[in-house]
Amino acid sequence: MESTVDVRVWRGAAQGRFVRYEVPRRPSQTVLDVVTYVQRHLEPTLAYRFACRVGMCGSCAMTVNGVPRWTCRTHVAKAVRRGRLEIAPLAHLPVVRDLVTDMTAFFDKWARARGQFQGATSRAAPVARIAPETPQRRAVDAGIECIGCAVCYAACDVVRWRHDFLGPAALNRAWTLVNDVRDVAQAARLDAVAGDAGCHACHTQGACTERCPKGIAPTAGIAGLKRLTARAAVERS
Amino acid sequence: MTMTRATQAKLWYAQRLSAMVLAGCVIVHLGVIVYATRSGLSAGALLARTRGNVAFAVFYGVFVLACAVHAPLGLRAVAHEWLHWRGGAADAVWATFALALVATGMRAVYAVTAS
Repeated sequence: MESTVDVRVWRGAAQGRFVRYEVPRRPSQTVLDVVTYVQRHLEPTLAYRFACRVGMCGSCAMTVNGVPRWTCRTHVAKAVRRGRLEIAPLAHLPVVRDLVTDMTAFFDKWARARGQFQGATSRAAPVARIAPETPQRRAVDAGIECIGCAVCYAACDVVRWRHDFLGPAALNRAWTLVNDVRDVAQAARLDAVAGDAGCHACHTQGACTERCPKGIAPTAGIAGLKRLTARAAVERS
Repeated sequence: MTMTRATQAKLWYAQRLSAMVLAGCVIVHLGVIVYATRSGLSAGALLARTRGNVAFAVFYGVFVLACAVHAPLGLRAVAHEWLHWRGGAADAVWATFALALVATGMRAVYAVTAS
């Protein structure tokens, strides 16, 4: 193991540059450890975001050597290339400062995809009983662990090409609700996720599925949405 | 005029269905090409076989229609994503392109199959 790692960190906003820092190598060191070292010892004004440090909150995602990752769960040993780490903010989102992005558009798209549960009963009603082995519940299970880190969104080429594309996370959320038998807003949701800015723009390249730190396959959910929305559009006409 | 999301979904469906048709058509078409070029038949001999051949006309008619559906929709997506060219004017161009494909393709089918 080298005694130091050559780190280049993005400084600025949309306009900015990479600044080089020399950070001591430590055993089991994560990329988040590196960023924290830079801020605490070398560059106190460095802006970055983190909270839990254990892969639960999804706030520390950054672009590490060109790949969107949770920095807290990425060991330096895994990401380093020729002794170098290039750390940039997540792609496809406006940069507020340094490594911090504005995630407003990302979460607004969840709302646009009707990512809110809409039930027909009040909280006084008894808890619905959903058999865990039904196909719908299994589909929900496959996608429900998303924590909204936007790694898939940053990995998606279609998001880069089509700025209004809802993106893998919002469509995955919609897919879990489409399979929620308690939800009563299905027709409106299928309409919201259809078309050129919705699931039909996906090229099934699978970058989201490849990069998702939770092992979710948004590509599979999007394929399901394509089938259901196209069928609904044909049946309505 | 903005296209509704339901219409966009239908266009996606049309492109997927036309792709399935094209997959079969291309395989048969490749077979026809290999047969026609390796059999040593003259142009006249080939035309003698295609003229009045209803099956040939129907097959290539379907092939032309599938192309006319599939290609403009693909170009529409490419133009949107790579050139950010979209909207009513763009869609009018792709619709015209689809009609041009139908016209030129059907003219070719007619030329080799009309007896």
